[in-house]
Amino acid sequence: MRHVISILLENEAGALSRVAGLFSARGFNIESLTVAATNDPTLSRMTIVSIGDDYIIEQIVKQLNKLIDVVEVVDLTATEHIERELLLLKIDIDQNTQADIDEQIDLFSAKIIDISEDFYILELGGKSQKINDFLKALSAFKVLEVSRTGVTGICQKR
Amino acid sequence: MKLNGAQILVQSLKNEAVEYIFGYPGGAVLHIYDALDAQNDIKHVLVRHEQGAAHAADGYARASGKVGVVLVTSGPGITNAVTGIATAYMDSIPMVIISGQVPSALIGNDAFQEVDAVGITRSCVKHNFLIKDINQVSITIKKAFYIASTGRPGPVLIDIPKDITIKKITKPVYADTIKMRSYHPVVNSDDMQIDKAVALIIKSKQPIVYAGGGCVIGNAHQQLRDFTRQLGLPITQTLMGLGAYPATDKLSLGMLGMHGTYEANMAMHDADCVIAAGSRFDDRVTANIEKFCPNAKIIHIDIDPASIGKNIAVDVSIVGEVSLVLAALSHALKDKKTADISAWWMQIDRWRSVDSLAYQTQAGVIKPQSVIEALYTLTKGEAIVTSDVGQHQMWAAQYYQFDEPRRWINSGGLGTMGFGLPAAMGAKLACPHRDVACVTGEGSIQMMTQELSTMLQYHTPVKIVNLNNGYLGMVRQWQEFFYEKRYAMSYMDALPDFVKLSEGYGHIGIKVEKPEDLKPALIEAFAQKQRTVFLDIMTDPSENVFPMIPSGAGHHEMLLAGRDKMESNNDSGLNLV
Repeated sequence: MRHVISILLENEAGALSRVAGLFSARGFNIESLTVAATNDPTLSRMTIVSIGDDYIIEQIVKQLNKLIDVVEVVDLTATEHIERELLLLKIDIDQNTQADIDEQIDLFSAKIIDISEDFYILELGGKSQKINDFLKALSAFKVLEVSRTGVTGICQKR
Repeated sequence: MKLNGAQILVQSLKNEAVEYIFGYPGGAVLHIYDALDAQNDIKHVLVRHEQGAAHAADGYARASGKVGVVLVTSGPGITNAVTGIATAYMDSIPMVIISGQVPSALIGNDAFQEVDAVGITRSCVKHNFLIKDINQVSITIKKAFYIASTGRPGPVLIDIPKDITIKKITKPVYADTIKMRSYHPVVNSDDMQIDKAVALIIKSKQPIVYAGGGCVIGNAHQQLRDFTRQLGLPITQTLMGLGAYPATDKLSLGMLGMHGTYEANMAMHDADCVIAAGSRFDDRVTANIEKFCPNAKIIHIDIDPASIGKNIAVDVSIVGEVSLVLAALSHALKDKKTADISAWWMQIDRWRSVDSLAYQTQAGVIKPQSVIEALYTLTKGEAIVTSDVGQHQMWAAQYYQFDEPRRWINSGGLGTMGFGLPAAMGAKLACPHRDVACVTGEGSIQMMTQELSTMLQYHTPVKIVNLNNGYLGMVRQWQEFFYEKRYAMSYMDALPDFVKLSEGYGHIGIKVEKPEDLKPALIEAFAQKQRTVFLDIMTDPSENVFPMIPSGAGHHEMLLAGRDKMESNNDSGLNLV
């Protein structure tokens, strides 16, 4: 099962490597990891997507809670929550493909954020599934570079 | 008055009532040593190798219950200490390690004696700090002692760059208490969980208490004794728990696990209710998890939520300080009627009558078990016994009857050879009026012999009981059983003359080769109250540790000395260590 785990932690040097080190030392898997400071600059919010059965996820949450820098751990998957991810993508364009690519951009409501002579840079935000679908739709064309942020998430309760 | 970072650091350590620091100087900590030299409250023990410093601080912590303190320099100073830090981490020992670091401006430049101490130790400490600001020195020390000694204890490292120790500030602030928003160790348990546990216990007809190191580290021995006696329960203890409950008490079934007693392991297997107190279902204890306690409801009491459900699924989990939880259980059970367990005790007595620790004697040969028995008799069970790792460690655990906590000091989790001697030195400093014996083997002792020099300097008279069988015995035993007696690299040729070695370090050495010389040699050694005595005892090289649960087997499938033949194991069993 895929889980989205949200971690509030002290915004201190080394905090990220404590979390990353915990995952590698205990053989837990990381699908994606995002982190940035919150509105309180002394705290960071980290969102980790991991895949594991209930036993593994329980261990991940407990072991994260043991880290001294960690203030709070929530398995968002267990509650109503919203997930978003951002994609930046570079794609080759030419006379033959441009119209078809434009059509996909419209279809997915993606944005062209930079245009050069022979390539676009596109931006698309949304659920991971939408981004996967967009990438699939573009796979018929010449994608030059893909950069995804990984998932960030928030609980829908107050 | 202006104080430099080193002086603030030393004052902060004084505020924590630090009695001893175990350490070794070097470039990055020269200012700290200068500040230490200017005071008399904290005594410094100059070890001969930084690993010895960490083990000595560890032995001190285990014997005294206080936080052990280590001071080492940057680079090789801290890397040498890592094995000792990992040893303390695995056994949840409170320890604070201060390591010097190259000056802040040089960090990351591959400077002389630079190593990323915080990075290297991250996975073997409870927490670590790199101090970046002189104003953080005192608060960081406060935090380190608080974290190391509360909750599930463990080592905490503070890396301090040299420039921070030199810099001066006026009016440093020393905090009396500390609050951390991200660290709240659990203390009290949930009443609902206590009620659930009580409901299981009163119905149980075949209960057993399985007590671990948490009962020793958590100072829960009295509550453990009260609880167990109140209900008249059979109790088994892990290697780390020995002494929490008196070994000589009639309710005690001895140690469980790979080399546990027949009665303890059989009772675990047949139990209908297991009350695990401060124990973590380690693989050495559970044997094959699939065959573990097939009919039991399991109640698990632990201060660390992550320990619960990690190896074994439990029926009732109680997170809290084990002493408080056991007291709460005793209280809740006070007026409750419990099921009759007399038939269970009759069964246990039948298992006891197997006498699984019996061993064959042989004329002219010193059996290692008999050495521990003689040591026990002579010291009346009142010595602190440290051990290294291997066969001698198991024999010490099996044949020395520990009736009190903090008397048995060994590296149970990490299994660190070399631990015993420096740990004995630390224990002797913690308890100067108690006899301290280090039970070791000729393999383990050679990993730390240099500390004999420290022991002379600081006058820590310890009796070293070297069970010398010429082999790395536990390795040899496994090779005999599982590798068709191919003894690859388990025999040590060219051993030193341990008598001359100890004499060279200024101690007394006695070689014992005949069974009849054993007792007089022990008496002579312990009569030398002010001297460290090295007893080099030539023991039976072919002796194996029994009983034994072979890899892949369950508690009920253990092998007894002279009664069962060791069968070659299946491949899955050989995978285990």
